[in-house]
Amino acid sequence: MTDVPMANVKDNTLPNAVSQVPSSHLDLETPEHPYLDSNELIINMGPQHPATHGVLRVILKLDGEKVLGTECVIGYLHRGVEKIAENRTYTMFNPYVDRMDYVAAVSNGLGYCQAVEKLLNVEAPPRANYIRVILTELNRIASHQLWLGTHALDIGAMTPLFYTFRDREEILKIFEKYCGARLTTHAFRIGGCQYETYAGFEKDVKNFLAFFPPKIDEYETLLTGNRIWIERTKNVGVISAEDCIALGVTGPVLRASGVKWDIRKAIPYANYSDFDFEIPIGENGDTYDRYLVRMIEMRQSLRIIEQAINGLPEGPIMAKVPKVIKPAPGEIYHSIEAPKGELGYFIVSDGSTQPYRLRVRPPSFVNLQALDLMVRGMLVADVVAVIGTLDIVLGEVDR
Amino acid sequence: MLTSTINAFTSYLGSPLPPGNAGNQLWALIYVLIIFAGVAVVVLCMNWIERKALAHFQIRLGPMRVGPHGLLQPIADALKLMLKEDIIPDEADKLVFWVAPLIGLVAAFTVYTVIPFGPSQAVSDMNIGILFMLGVSSLGVLGIVTAGWASNSHYPLIGALRSSAQMVSYEVAMGLAVVSAILMTSLNRTGTGTLSMIGIVQAQQQQGIWFLFKFFPLGLIAFVIFAIAMVAETNRSPFDLAEAESELTAGFHTEYSGLRWSLFMLAEYAAMIAVSAIAVTLWLGGWLHPFPNALNGPAWEFIFSLFPGLTFGALALFAVIGTVRMPSHSFFRIQRAGLAVFALLLAFIALLLFVIAILGRNPDASIAARFREGIDYVYWFMLKVAIFMYLFIWYRATWPRYRFDQLMKVGWKVMLPISLGVLILTAIVGVFVS
Amino acid sequence: MNPALVIPALAHPSRMAAAFIDSAPNPAAPIATPWFFYGLAAAAVISGLLVITRRNAVHSALSLIVTLLSVAGLYLMLYAPFVAGVQIIVYAGGIMVLFLFVIMLVNIERVSKERQFNRIWPVGLLASCALLALFMSAIQKGKSLFLDRMVQLPEGTNTQQIAAALYGETGKMGQYTFAFEIASLLLLVAILGAVIMTKKKI
Repeated sequence: MTDVPMANVKDNTLPNAVSQVPSSHLDLETPEHPYLDSNELIINMGPQHPATHGVLRVILKLDGEKVLGTECVIGYLHRGVEKIAENRTYTMFNPYVDRMDYVAAVSNGLGYCQAVEKLLNVEAPPRANYIRVILTELNRIASHQLWLGTHALDIGAMTPLFYTFRDREEILKIFEKYCGARLTTHAFRIGGCQYETYAGFEKDVKNFLAFFPPKIDEYETLLTGNRIWIERTKNVGVISAEDCIALGVTGPVLRASGVKWDIRKAIPYANYSDFDFEIPIGENGDTYDRYLVRMIEMRQSLRIIEQAINGLPEGPIMAKVPKVIKPAPGEIYHSIEAPKGELGYFIVSDGSTQPYRLRVRPPSFVNLQALDLMVRGMLVADVVAVIGTLDIVLGEVDR
Repeated sequence: MLTSTINAFTSYLGSPLPPGNAGNQLWALIYVLIIFAGVAVVVLCMNWIERKALAHFQIRLGPMRVGPHGLLQPIADALKLMLKEDIIPDEADKLVFWVAPLIGLVAAFTVYTVIPFGPSQAVSDMNIGILFMLGVSSLGVLGIVTAGWASNSHYPLIGALRSSAQMVSYEVAMGLAVVSAILMTSLNRTGTGTLSMIGIVQAQQQQGIWFLFKFFPLGLIAFVIFAIAMVAETNRSPFDLAEAESELTAGFHTEYSGLRWSLFMLAEYAAMIAVSAIAVTLWLGGWLHPFPNALNGPAWEFIFSLFPGLTFGALALFAVIGTVRMPSHSFFRIQRAGLAVFALLLAFIALLLFVIAILGRNPDASIAARFREGIDYVYWFMLKVAIFMYLFIWYRATWPRYRFDQLMKVGWKVMLPISLGVLILTAIVGVFVS
Repeated sequence: MNPALVIPALAHPSRMAAAFIDSAPNPAAPIATPWFFYGLAAAAVISGLLVITRRNAVHSALSLIVTLLSVAGLYLMLYAPFVAGVQIIVYAGGIMVLFLFVIMLVNIERVSKERQFNRIWPVGLLASCALLALFMSAIQKGKSLFLDRMVQLPEGTNTQQIAAALYGETGKMGQYTFAFEIASLLLLVAILGAVIMTKKKI
């Protein structure tokens, strides 16, 4: 600030007032050692960077390779989804949610549909719920596969990416056959499902159940016991259970820190209480534990799918929902366990056909808060590992 | 003048020495040109093989469009890189930015003057050969460091810092492993070892054992240390921290483009071949064919001399299979014809090699015999180097990347003590044996 | 080989880098000629001057590398390939890389704009003149100390000779064994000192 020509500044209060509000907690403007600051380096990781999973910009303050602090700059993918919701009817808004976490579009749709159903006080029929569970769990696996591939790529293992994409293709094929879309599926409707299962759906899903477990083993042979993988992930990005809870971190990140919290068990929705599955938890809250938790989750998802496909009930797939959806005035919060954590929808209805306010609680956004805590004092290479392990999708962070 | 030139050309032919040692500069120049062109071609082939092998590791097909099975892809790439705009950042240190790729390239290619492809198939045989190789290849890091600094950008700078620290650290373990192999050369009657690359292979020939198996497992451990250190020296995965894509976008060559960038790639691959050649020379018996002591005699020599022809024959067979299996759509007509021509070319080379092997089967001083010998030496040397090149690709497909501090820990706390211990044990065992 | 068969034009050493190649049993005229000496010496001196005149420390360091390499070339011409090799490995490949490593960490832009604060260059000039005079007088007066023509050392045993001088032949101590060991001790002390100074706690 000393370089500002003071002659031009008549009133000295304004610059002071501005300077009291730190624009950044990294003190980017004032180097501590004005002369020969040989150590500290500020670099921009992103928004265009191979390992920031989209358009995340992380400002890193480095001492050599050591990270002194980070600051996330988000919003490069902001599309104003929540504001759009206020100008769309409940039905019209449904496809938009697919575009938030675009690798787990089915989960997003499930959460939204159930939130509106809760607002309308209708309950989807059991068959619809079972189909929803099957597709959502398939989507969880697909999301975890994409996470695994990119996370491994960030840490330098190129090959798992292609293996996971090969196997993810099988899931996407099922989606495509079911609803015509692979990525942004728009699979569910408010009140149930629009589409009945196609002929051969059960066979496809059962084929996948037989096909996939050896593939998980294949991923694990590449990574789980690999010395370099263990060294790169053990004790990297450690976060304690208390910190997780304080920051609102959910999902596999929270579970890897040892908290047994899974909304599918804690507040069962969509007939999840019918199924028998376990919630894997970690001990150390490090990157390796998060990796293991997600690997086990994939296997548990397969268990759920198996039970659901074997017990798929007959019956309608759509509840009685009025043609024009006009919920009574009120507000509702509904959350589900998305692949990345707690995905919540808070909807305020004023009795019209459009939401008065819709707020999404995106797991990626909340989990991203933990980045700074997790990488402080670690090295640059750990930053990409931690960004990978947080499993963020920028579409969801920025909405 | 003409006769003297012809004289100079022919006078060397009977010499058992490398041209540098025989004092024949003309042949030295010819060898230099052959090696330069050969390395450039091998690097192009490596480029294709790496992309194809990596692709097949990763259940992809790799390049398939440019030429049959993408065979012309490296040439297309080279052309593209040459035609690309050469960007020098405004804030870069122009001179250093310009010189940096050349430093790496010159260092990588200078090493080839002492690589022994055979007892006389080298440009020269310096009596400090291995020292020269280590020294000059250690200059390669200067190219990386200056490139990273001259770019005047953060990511390249971090890449340069990483690679300078990494290469200096791994040179120590590498050098100690090399010394333990050199120690083994002194286990002869006179007790004097040699630093000459040709001398090291000849010592293995005399002692009747590859140094890999000498004082088992000491030679093996030293070899493994070297094999790890050489991956780190060439900045290849899993030690590719200097150009870690997911961390530093491209590391030291982030700001480079076009021809200059391709010079870095050329230098990297040339350095990979060079360090593989050191490993082959020191531990795998250089140009010697497998089991040179058990399987010698004219019959075995003849059988081993068939291998080059067989190799090219196998390659031709693969090409023929590829031609046959190509879909019979008119779209593939040109590609099919191209692959057929390629197969014919390979088959012709195979035939030529067979003819030479048969003509030169009698170990006399005839030109054919000398030619056959030369081809054998170069073939076995290159085959061993090729195994290392495949390993480089295999590593890259399989392993994640080390972190910087872990890399240093492995280098200083694991590899250095082990190589030091191996060196001491080798010396002790050597004293007791001799 | 028969020296008569070498083409004179190509055998002329100034044409070809092959002169760097030591030719052990070669009875032909020594390959090292004044041309190479002058070339290398000029490179060494010019780059040496660049080292002290460049403001940019990295340019200085790069010039220093050129100097060291030229000197390594001069060692080769003196039939001391081992020393040349060690010069390249230790100085050009090792120490200078560390130099660059440190220099790059320093904010060069700011440093290069700083005014030089020392005013001792007249002293430096005086000292170098004195050194030059010393050399000149040594060359003038001590001609008997130097052989006035090239000594033809046996090439192949250069490394062994150095080993014998440093470590001694079997059974007896070498001429410089003690000095060599003392020097290594000195280096060890320097290393320990550096570690203690940089490490905040050990």
